[in-house]
Amino acid sequence: MKRLILVLMLLATPLLAVQPDEVLDDPVLEERARELSKGLRCLVCRNESIDESNASLARDLRILLRERLVEGDSDAEAIDFIVDRYGEYVLLNPDMRGANWLLWGAGPLMLLLAGGMGFVYLRGRSKASRQAEAPLSAEEEARLRDILNR
Amino acid sequence: MITEIGHFALILAFGVAIVQMLVPLIGAHKRWPGWMAVAEPAAGAQFALTALAFGALMYAFIRSDFSLALVVANSHSAKPMLYKISGTWGNHEGSMLLWVLIVTLFGAMAAWFGGNLPPTLRARVLSVQSAIAVAFFAFILFTSNPFDRMAIPPFDGRDLNPLLQDPGLAFHPPFLYLGYVGLSMAFSFAVAALIEGRVDAAWGRWVRPWTLAAWVFLTIGIALGSWWAYYELGWGGFWFWDPVENASFMPWLLAAALLHSAIVVEKRESLKSWTILLAILAFGFSLIGTFIVRSGLLTSVHAFANDPERGVFILMILAFFMGGALILFTLRAGAMEARGVFGLVSRESALLVNNLLLAVACFVVFVGTMWPLVAEMFFDRKLSVGPPFFNAAFTPFMVALGLILPIGSTMPWKRARIMRAAWPLRYAFVLALAVAGLAYAMQSGRSLLGPMGMFLGAWLVAGVVVELAQRAAWDWRRVGRLPRADWGKATAHAGLGVTMAGVAGLTAWAVDDIRVAQIDAPFDVAGYTLTLNDVQEVQGPNYLSTMADITLSQGGSVIAELKPEKRFYPVAQMPTTEAAIDYNLARDVYVVIGDQQQGGGWTVRTYIKPMTNWIWIGCALMALGGVLSLTDRRFRVAAGARKTRAQAVPAE
Repeated sequence: MKRLILVLMLLATPLLAVQPDEVLDDPVLEERARELSKGLRCLVCRNESIDESNASLARDLRILLRERLVEGDSDAEAIDFIVDRYGEYVLLNPDMRGANWLLWGAGPLMLLLAGGMGFVYLRGRSKASRQAEAPLSAEEEARLRDILNR
Repeated sequence: MITEIGHFALILAFGVAIVQMLVPLIGAHKRWPGWMAVAEPAAGAQFALTALAFGALMYAFIRSDFSLALVVANSHSAKPMLYKISGTWGNHEGSMLLWVLIVTLFGAMAAWFGGNLPPTLRARVLSVQSAIAVAFFAFILFTSNPFDRMAIPPFDGRDLNPLLQDPGLAFHPPFLYLGYVGLSMAFSFAVAALIEGRVDAAWGRWVRPWTLAAWVFLTIGIALGSWWAYYELGWGGFWFWDPVENASFMPWLLAAALLHSAIVVEKRESLKSWTILLAILAFGFSLIGTFIVRSGLLTSVHAFANDPERGVFILMILAFFMGGALILFTLRAGAMEARGVFGLVSRESALLVNNLLLAVACFVVFVGTMWPLVAEMFFDRKLSVGPPFFNAAFTPFMVALGLILPIGSTMPWKRARIMRAAWPLRYAFVLALAVAGLAYAMQSGRSLLGPMGMFLGAWLVAGVVVELAQRAAWDWRRVGRLPRADWGKATAHAGLGVTMAGVAGLTAWAVDDIRVAQIDAPFDVAGYTLTLNDVQEVQGPNYLSTMADITLSQGGSVIAELKPEKRFYPVAQMPTTEAAIDYNLARDVYVVIGDQQQGGGWTVRTYIKPMTNWIWIGCALMALGGVLSLTDRRFRVAAGARKTRAQAVPAE
């Protein structure tokens, strides 16, 4: 029984994300690979980058990415190479092509819109102040005196 | 037997909720005191019955009653007691029961402590709160009944997901739900006020403690979840921008906005319709969160009970409450005119900018979370929106918020001058610049993220100190006598600064190292020396563990013995990693043990994570600030007023 459990344990053991044998000898190249892998999605995982993932597909992608970098690809070329094969889904950082400008523009546009509305509201409030600060009428003056002298 | 009693109590609670939804609402409309008075005992009964049902389910988990399908699927007799208890809400059905229990708890609290509310408003609030409960009772009873029995009970259960068997996560859901559902109170008050057609300063004062409490619970819940992810998932991330995390973060942002705008309603009778809208949206985002987690619409690490039928049901609940409330809002919002007048530069406008930044930041998170769905449905593009997007699109709003916060919070109401408010803060500004400069000089990289975060942290904390000193008229003896609300505000704002500094420090300056470590061969990581002494197989209560023994030392002196583990849970057939962390205020040393290598030695990952604990200390400060504010005298004065009123009633 114990042996069986041990066998199961080895089968299901969590592989650590980046394995020592994947690490490139050139530290500059390795640093680039780590940065790039943080922006690439592990396709079989739930919202994990290949840098974090334990899945074997992520390992394959990490090795592929490093191969491309060793071949002398620039960052953009290496990413394009992977996107060509695995699709846009692999990018954790969506590009700005096509309808994606809506995604990237959503925040700034909303800020402008809401800021504009807020400004109009604020100006309305500060204009209202002039009316509200109009002097008291004679009747109000009399009433105020009445209350104060009571 | 107890299970059947629980099931029956749940059905009864459903019935009581329907009565409480209808009778007081009609009573308030017709001004019938008897009908309105139904709400109070009904709310108490509803809570008692739901608590009975929840207690029955918990009893079944504690006793490992494997005749219940839910217990079989989520428990095991060998599981430690704490996780048997937390197993009650570690699954879809049980967590929904906890959800509705908290809905009824808040309803009962509003009934018990709402004595100073006008009777029609109170009847309407309780009726709306009960309508929410009705929807979720129906959801539980018709689609996810926790009390389903097994025809043939098995000998043992299938165990709780091992990742969830952790003290941090045991209490993460209850806090989160207290927060989510706490916002239902703000929602009920908003809808009741819309029906009533009146929003005034008193309304702002009643809504604020509920919102503040909800926000405090959300803060604690989110921090616990983030802390858990940090030490449990094995690579030391604290925030993943996962759809489900976003689902809890969006209500948090809106609740923060709401509790600031409610101040404006309370003190200045302005921003009324916006505050109402915010209260509706904040709870709406809580419902969206529930929908996202349970529908399987968006894949996430929190995969739990993905069932389209349930998703559709929650979507209907969401559509009903949001649609209804927003229609009511458009019909009635015009009636709420602002009374306060103030200049373009004033505390009011500063709070408006706060709301603007928080709400737009929430909108960005929302668009980012939903975009993959939208792109697939309308543009036929299957894409991902991950952390790089959120870091880029969300962070600027928080930076802006941090920059204006100290100035805005020292501004006077009505009319202010920026220079006059900012001038006393010159000390804070200079200090913050110095801290940022120091950070820039000490770091090796050229990234501005670290210095920027240090600047914001120092600026916020020092700004708080200046503000407190100003409130006490620069007399240190008076600082201690400031009202709790001032202390609460100061603590929470300082907490935000501490968290910002922590996030920036960790993100900018973390160091990691991956290597094959040989037994007894020391290796160096960023000035620390680690030695792998031994690796052993250890038997835990319901798991097997591969435990390493690593000595951490610096300059020849031993700092700590670290014991990272790899665990295997045979029942659930799942492995987990247990990182070993040496905590301290300046940095965490985070060690994970990996596989044994064929050529000898073990894979070891070491991370030096600077300032990590600041993130959670900051969250704790924010929550503490909320609690301090809640215990302020003003709210206790309201409690006193309630007592005198309660005595006056029989005399009528």
